Amino acid sequence: MRPLLFLAFASAWNRRTTLGLMAISIGLSVMLLLGVEQLRTQARESFSQSISGTDLVVGARTSPIQLMLYAVFRLGDATHNIRWSSYQTISQHPSVSWSVPISLGDSHRGFAVIGTTTDYFEYFRYADRRLLAFSSGKPFVDIFDAVVGADVAQQLGYQLGDSIILNHGAGGMGLSDHADKPFRVSGILKRTGLSVDRSVHISLEAIEAIHLDWQGGAPMPGLSIPAEYVRKFDLAPKEITAIFIGLKSRAGVFQMQRYINQYKTEPLLAVLPGVALDELWSVVSIVEKSLLAISALVVGVGLSGLVAVVLAGLGERRRELAVLRSVGAGPGVVFMLLAIEGLMVVVAGSLIGLSGLMVLSMFATPILETHLGISLATWTLSAESWKLLLIVMATGFLVSLIPGYRAYRISLADGLTPRL
Amino acid sequence: MSQTVIDIQNLLFQWPGREGFRLSIPNFQVDRGERVFLQGASGSGKSTLLSLLGGVLVPQQGRLQVLDTDLTRMTSSERDRFRVDHVGLLFQQFNLVPYLSVRENVILPCRFSQRRRGRALESADSLELSADRLLGQLGLDSTYAQQRVTSLSVGQQQRVAAARSLMGHPDLIIADEPTSALDADRQSEFLNVLLGRCNEEGVTLIFVSHDQRLAHHFNRSINLSELCSFNAGPV
Repeated sequence: MRPLLFLAFASAWNRRTTLGLMAISIGLSVMLLLGVEQLRTQARESFSQSISGTDLVVGARTSPIQLMLYAVFRLGDATHNIRWSSYQTISQHPSVSWSVPISLGDSHRGFAVIGTTTDYFEYFRYADRRLLAFSSGKPFVDIFDAVVGADVAQQLGYQLGDSIILNHGAGGMGLSDHADKPFRVSGILKRTGLSVDRSVHISLEAIEAIHLDWQGGAPMPGLSIPAEYVRKFDLAPKEITAIFIGLKSRAGVFQMQRYINQYKTEPLLAVLPGVALDELWSVVSIVEKSLLAISALVVGVGLSGLVAVVLAGLGERRRELAVLRSVGAGPGVVFMLLAIEGLMVVVAGSLIGLSGLMVLSMFATPILETHLGISLATWTLSAESWKLLLIVMATGFLVSLIPGYRAYRISLADGLTPRL
Repeated sequence: MSQTVIDIQNLLFQWPGREGFRLSIPNFQVDRGERVFLQGASGSGKSTLLSLLGGVLVPQQGRLQVLDTDLTRMTSSERDRFRVDHVGLLFQQFNLVPYLSVRENVILPCRFSQRRRGRALESADSLELSADRLLGQLGLDSTYAQQRVTSLSVGQQQRVAAARSLMGHPDLIIADEPTSALDADRQSEFLNVLLGRCNEEGVTLIFVSHDQRLAHHFNRSINLSELCSFNAGPV
């Protein structure tokens, strides 16, 4: 075995340019494959962890997927709101254990602002029924208190007590902002890897307060109510965007869903988050699966390139193989020599791909987190990725047997004198 | 062990599927320490005979013994092993593995044969020293040892190949026109060192060439056409 490895190394080193390029191309394809797989796993994970322990998500009537998108993922906007009176009726339904209303529509420098009650910090659960936790500060008490997510605090460098200004709508450009009513950071949440990290939480009353002098999505000309006077107004919310509901018993969930879906006063929709997430994921997973299939094909192309290169080199190596046979290498050794060479290139390629992915993810993680909300922070390979890597290497070894077999045939046919 | 290194009787070889070509040798013996010159025109079956002696091909009929070992009764991997253990091979040209150094090329048989390795280490502390010494005896000093074989002249390459065939003290060296790529002066120079080494080490040498002028260097000279009843045409 030792002379075999030595020869295989020396021979590969002799053709390092060709084989090196081959290894790089396999490396790139492996990087693509593993990258897609990592993204896929991470995306699915943050996806399925985004909500837990909530039995129903309620919004104005729309498609279940759209409701999930805006209520849970803060993607897109709600087309309609829910009346406060409807919320009160539903929340007092005997089978409801708890309910958290949320109100969306404003933003703070690109981060979603969500109006809610302090119940949000008590009942909203994610991942494995985990509650939101504060890394510092506490829930909002005053009207102009705000609780910011981990990403908001980190990216904008906020500390407790800092003053922040909200914008109307989703735009980060403060054309129409709420500059007259600044908020104070009262709490900073621990990182969750969810949309919560990129949200600013204020009370429902605060939402009302900053829109007192607004109408139809724009400030009323000539009317300006200073912050110190807002407490004199009735700040009871009139509309909210969505409700998270927990039931006393899960058994009643379909009954409750039907009750809300048939709600008389206004058209509402209640969805089971688990079901809706699955539905949403099945839409996404077509893309995800085809991406994986494409990258698998790219790896296939890389490996066939390897076989082609080694096979093409075989013609000019007939003499070398004959010499090796004359000094005692049997056809089996010649076979192994070529197979090992192919395997070496595949292993080198896999290592290149792996380290390339590491370097890339170091640079890509912040970008992905900000723009896609996909967290690659823990970047250990998933079991699935290891499996893929092993499959690539095993396939690489199998296809290396092709030039190995060809060399075996040649060395049997040529014997000690190469036929050229 | 008897004095006979090669013993061929009533040997018949035919390429499978090629009716016209037959090589038949009624009787051929070579004794230990002999240096035999086998002369034959190209296409006269030289390579076939060498492949038979080297154990790459097997005759359909007859007796083929090398070093008292019946090659016809061995499997192909046994013959591979036998070849590297006992026979040094030397070809016309391109004898060397291009990506190995001069020294590594010489050591190569010892990488595949425990016997050759053991024999090389009998007279030297390491394979490297043994190789360097052989190279020195063939006129290539130690500055060549680390060089790539591709940087050598054809004459030098043939010496490296000769050193390799001698490495680890094989019993028999089969040389197939090793001088045909050399000019006349180099030819006799090369022959002299090769024969000198074989003489000193007591190695049997079968030297095949079409060039009758080289025959006088050897203590026995045979014409292949006398040896064989060889038929290259339709029977």
